[in-house]
Amino acid sequence: MSVSAVLAVVVGVLVAGGVVLLLERSLTRVLLGAALLGNGINVMILAMGGAAGEAPIIGQGPKDEMADPIPQVMILTSIVITFAMTAFLLALAYRSWQLQGNDEVQDDVEDRLVANRRESEPEDTGADADLEAAQDAQAAVEETPSKADDAAIGREHA
Amino acid sequence: MSDVSGLVPLPVVLPLLAAGAKFAIGTRLPRLNRAISVTTLTAVLAIAVILLVAADRHGPQVAAIGGWQPPVGIVLVADRLSALMLAISAAVTLCVLIYSYGQGTADDERGLPLAVFHPTYLVLAAGISNAFLAGDLFNLYVGFEILLVSSYVLITLGGTASRIRSGTTYVVVSLLSSLLFLAAIGLVYGATGTLNLADLSLRLRDLDQNVKLVLELALLLAFGIKAAVFPMSAWLPDSYPTAPAPVTAVFAGLLTKVGVYAVIRTETLLFPDDQRVAATLMVVALLTMVVGILGAVAQTDVKRMLSFTLVSHIGYMIFGVALGSQLGLSGAIFYAIHHITIQTTLFLTAGMIERTAGSTSTERVGGLAKTAPLLAVLFFLPAMNLAGIPPFSGFLGKLALIEAGGEDGTALAWILVFGSVLTSLLTLYAVGKAWSRVFWRAPRVAMPGTVASAPAHVPAAAVGEVPGATLGGREIRRGGAMPRLMTGATAALVVLGLSFTVVAGPLTDLTDRAAVELRDRDGYVDAVAPAATVRTDGGTVAVPRDGTDRPTDARGRVLEPAEGGTP
Repeated sequence: MSVSAVLAVVVGVLVAGGVVLLLERSLTRVLLGAALLGNGINVMILAMGGAAGEAPIIGQGPKDEMADPIPQVMILTSIVITFAMTAFLLALAYRSWQLQGNDEVQDDVEDRLVANRRESEPEDTGADADLEAAQDAQAAVEETPSKADDAAIGREHA
Repeated sequence: MSDVSGLVPLPVVLPLLAAGAKFAIGTRLPRLNRAISVTTLTAVLAIAVILLVAADRHGPQVAAIGGWQPPVGIVLVADRLSALMLAISAAVTLCVLIYSYGQGTADDERGLPLAVFHPTYLVLAAGISNAFLAGDLFNLYVGFEILLVSSYVLITLGGTASRIRSGTTYVVVSLLSSLLFLAAIGLVYGATGTLNLADLSLRLRDLDQNVKLVLELALLLAFGIKAAVFPMSAWLPDSYPTAPAPVTAVFAGLLTKVGVYAVIRTETLLFPDDQRVAATLMVVALLTMVVGILGAVAQTDVKRMLSFTLVSHIGYMIFGVALGSQLGLSGAIFYAIHHITIQTTLFLTAGMIERTAGSTSTERVGGLAKTAPLLAVLFFLPAMNLAGIPPFSGFLGKLALIEAGGEDGTALAWILVFGSVLTSLLTLYAVGKAWSRVFWRAPRVAMPGTVASAPAHVPAAAVGEVPGATLGGREIRRGGAMPRLMTGATAALVVLGLSFTVVAGPLTDLTDRAAVELRDRDGYVDAVAPAATVRTDGGTVAVPRDGTDRPTDARGRVLEPAEGGTP
């Protein structure tokens, strides 16, 4: 099986760009990263089908020169799936922006508590540290707008 | 060969058709809507049982979709493992559906996103069935995508802030695992020129060991994220607890087990004999068990605690798969069946605790045994079952795995045996602590819904509480009688969990036979292959099927047509 060098380089660039973007915290960038990664993998599947050839329709040409149709079928399916996922992620990012004013991926409240506890441990202030952590968490919760605000924002955008 | 193979596609097709019908009907005709869902899932359960009987008596049931023969066409295959998983998942999805109707009625959620919930739930059921029945790596991917996309919708249902936050983690992690799976599929196709599992099983035998290792690890990585195996499990406890109780329950019971099923299938049918990977899986299983359960011990919220036990107990199944012996695989399958039922039940009871007390935090809830004695029993039985107290199926599953570990006899296997006993004890501690706090503690310490035991200045979020919310994302409606449908559905699952003890003998025989079938790959290959041997020579990817290392001649299979079809 021979693979075109151009395809291999394209796959490498797309996947590398996708990975970098996936590591970002902004959901929109994650979305773009996923799209790039998905396209990179699609091109890879195309390359796995071997050299390009004639349309794989019986009667159109000699069998030996036909391209392998299976990877093309798979790519079509995966394009559709990636498309649906992109739409869903966009909706998710938009909703996140509606609720928080940004689309950053949020920390889990519990995780942040644990992190805060670890940071304040050297001072060895047991209960105080917990209290502090609790207040931090409370502040974090209050940052997110309440339901009434959601409704207001929703109306604003309607 | 019996002729029930025509039924094989129905567990996928019926829920999809029903979901379409429900979208068309919308919120009108609520009785018809309910009838469609319940009838569909009941029918799937009946078909799954028929398939299980047929697969057990007559071997794998194969359906070539659209008459296109493998390896070019798509096949759905129901062997003992698939049919067993299908049957148990159908039973569980049916019970959770009834529970969700109880909850929806109690919360009076007409007009809310329920019009989305129920059809999406059916699509999820179709995806799960498709993943279990797929006889083709790409179809497995499609099955995963169907169930994942519907799970994205379900986990962010209502679009509240907490669900969007946890949903984001879940969606991004799942998306990444899907992309990894797709990349693995591309590599497998590049290396072998086929994606049909039976065909792959034959062709991989001749492949270079190191190429095989790369393919195997790529697939295991993708499935490991879905199954929440240790280094890839951190997303699960963060994302599950905020979803509505029925959604969390069905995710916890089934989605991770679909990943485990895929691991079992890969490890038995495609890559049965790589000791390096088996050793890696053992270590991973140990870490999954121990790290998961230590997380569970530290939690003060019932739902989060249960999420961590879920991660932890995935380790048992991976242990059984890593052993690869008949005893190990049989134990892993038995454990998967037990765990699907028990974990779902526990999350449903957690939803009922939330409804009764307004919270699932062990800091804030207490003394429920008096106000809700039935709920106390419904939580206690599966909790003890999960921990592995003797008469229950959790004990039998763990015993089978420990026996399998002892039979293996290597040092690593004994460490795993020790780890699984330790995990079992810590599970008992974690669920025992939760139960005694929520149900047994004297009510005067903390009346239901009050903050008597937690310091008054600690806000709800700080004690690890996830605010209760309904299917539609509204504040949960507390008090009043527990809807009978919710209690009934949960009780049915508790009884199902207990019944595994009663039918343990026949069930173990069945899982033993399933394990034998998995280890002897020829049965599966031969059930799919005859169709391949008669395909026309139109297929452009046909590669000679030499069949040298399988007893095809003894079974009287004629291989010439396949070779004749090679371009």
